[in-house]
Amino acid sequence: MANETGAVMAMPAVVEGRRPSVLRRLLRRPPAVIAMAMVAAFVVIALAAPQVAPYDPIKQNFLAIRKAPSDAYRLGTDEVGRDVLSRLVWGARASLLAGVIPVTIALVVSIPLGLLSGCAGGWLDGLIMRITDAMLAIPFLIVAIALAAFLGPSLTNAMIAIGIAALPTFLRLARGTALAITTEEYIESARSLGCSRVRVAVRHVLPNIVPPLLIQSSLTAAAAIIAEASLSFLGLGQQPPAPSWGSMLNAAQRYLVQAPWMAIYPGLMIFGIVMSLNVLGDALRDALDPKHR
Amino acid sequence: MSLALYVARRVAVLVPTLFFVSVLIFSLQKLLPGDAAIALAGEENDPAVVSAIRSKYHLDRPVVVQYGIWIGKVLRGDLGESLRNKIPVTELLASKLPVTVELAVCSMLIALVIGIPAGIVSAVRRGSLVDVAANAVALSGLSVPHFWLGIMLILLFAVRLGWLPASGYVPPWENLGRNLTTILLPSIVLGTGVAGVMMRHTRGAMLQTLGADYVRTARAKSVPERLVVLKHALRNALIPVITLGAIEFGRLLSGAVLTEQIFAIPGFGKMLVDGVFNRDYAVVQGVVLVSAGLYVLLTSWPTSSTSWPTPA
Repeated sequence: MANETGAVMAMPAVVEGRRPSVLRRLLRRPPAVIAMAMVAAFVVIALAAPQVAPYDPIKQNFLAIRKAPSDAYRLGTDEVGRDVLSRLVWGARASLLAGVIPVTIALVVSIPLGLLSGCAGGWLDGLIMRITDAMLAIPFLIVAIALAAFLGPSLTNAMIAIGIAALPTFLRLARGTALAITTEEYIESARSLGCSRVRVAVRHVLPNIVPPLLIQSSLTAAAAIIAEASLSFLGLGQQPPAPSWGSMLNAAQRYLVQAPWMAIYPGLMIFGIVMSLNVLGDALRDALDPKHR
Repeated sequence: MSLALYVARRVAVLVPTLFFVSVLIFSLQKLLPGDAAIALAGEENDPAVVSAIRSKYHLDRPVVVQYGIWIGKVLRGDLGESLRNKIPVTELLASKLPVTVELAVCSMLIALVIGIPAGIVSAVRRGSLVDVAANAVALSGLSVPHFWLGIMLILLFAVRLGWLPASGYVPPWENLGRNLTTILLPSIVLGTGVAGVMMRHTRGAMLQTLGADYVRTARAKSVPERLVVLKHALRNALIPVITLGAIEFGRLLSGAVLTEQIFAIPGFGKMLVDGVFNRDYAVVQGVVLVSAGLYVLLTSWPTSSTSWPTPA
């Protein structure tokens, strides 16, 4: 998983009033600003697909099969005469869902489990970590493919599979950060003042595990978009005729000589959004953790 | 501590992880929607066939017993039989693994040749245009979908220029020249992604060691800069890079799924995809199990090799 290369480390506690400064730091970096603009444009296009797309993305036109880019079809047409631009616009929805839902699954499961594991310790921590290690031992895409294969091919199952595959990275990060924070002096102070373990975990530890998880979310969203495209490319994700960048590439592979535009644009879209999310993740890490600059 | 004891301890640490890996992989079968026996029977609806499958795979026994039987067979090297080819999965794996290993080795070579020098230059010239460009290229390598890069390389080198074959595989013992031409494009596809990772980590490690006191001392003693970088800094910076290299090699062994599919290379990844589409669940389980096993071994090896010489 590419995003794991930018492994996010535990960071110092959140300091009051840091949020505006983080945003300011991000805005001072031109690559981060461009990346944010790209991500925002991607989200807007995905949400406003019915308004933005010039044609129906699944309507076939046998009079316009594999037409090269022209005024009528800006990015050409595919093997059954569907407008490539419209399919790219609608395909952004599948990618947006793939970027958001698996990350949400991973966050929702990893935050409570990571807190529990990091704050409680003992046999429970050992058990959760051994299962996490086992999940990490199986490479990301293999987990996603195997799960999608056994659950059955569909976009929903692909997203569940990607979410489960992304879970151990989040869990380890949440637990590691929680573990580091519980040794801080202010946590000792809170305990000595009579705060219960639950209160310490929720009021003091939880807010501090959010920043590294936020960075990881950006990097995982990028990996999830590639994973969804990979699964759809294999026929295990979005099912035809619904558009997805991965399934568009699958179809394009058979017409490389006759219609190269069918392969070029979906790949560029994936590359653009994944690159933006990776740049944003790097910039967030630099802004939130000065050690990584 | 003796090396044998150290290795024994490392292996003992792996046992719980491998146990949970086996439980997870066994659980995959339980994810099959509805009755697993019906799913395994595929298009065969005959109740007698379904009943025979249920009995053959012990699906009528409690789950714990099923796991016990399955893991017992796995430990004896019996990963079941391919539903499609009717041959043992172990045999299939043994025939496909060398192809994937060759692809992984070639990809790793490309990654090392590009990634490590780029990381060194980037760290030495931190903040320069070269550093910015190297970082941008590395991030591009990490962001580009490999299956798309594969398609684009086929379009350029096979379709447009006609320099290299678009797909297929020739074993090295049949024709080494043709083997290299068939393996080159997929190796570039996989190698560029890993090169990005290697470059970023080499750069990070080099920046850390270049700022260390002993490097400052070496410079103060007027040691030539070339020696400072290549002898003093690089040697120490390479330790985490070796670890990462082993991890990435483990990923390459299993992460070549789409690349093998695109280039029609009959390796591990293609076997997995074929297993998925043929609903050959024993094959899928076998590939996942061996991938995970190799990955665990490869990721624990560098820890052993780099930490053993260091006194505790």
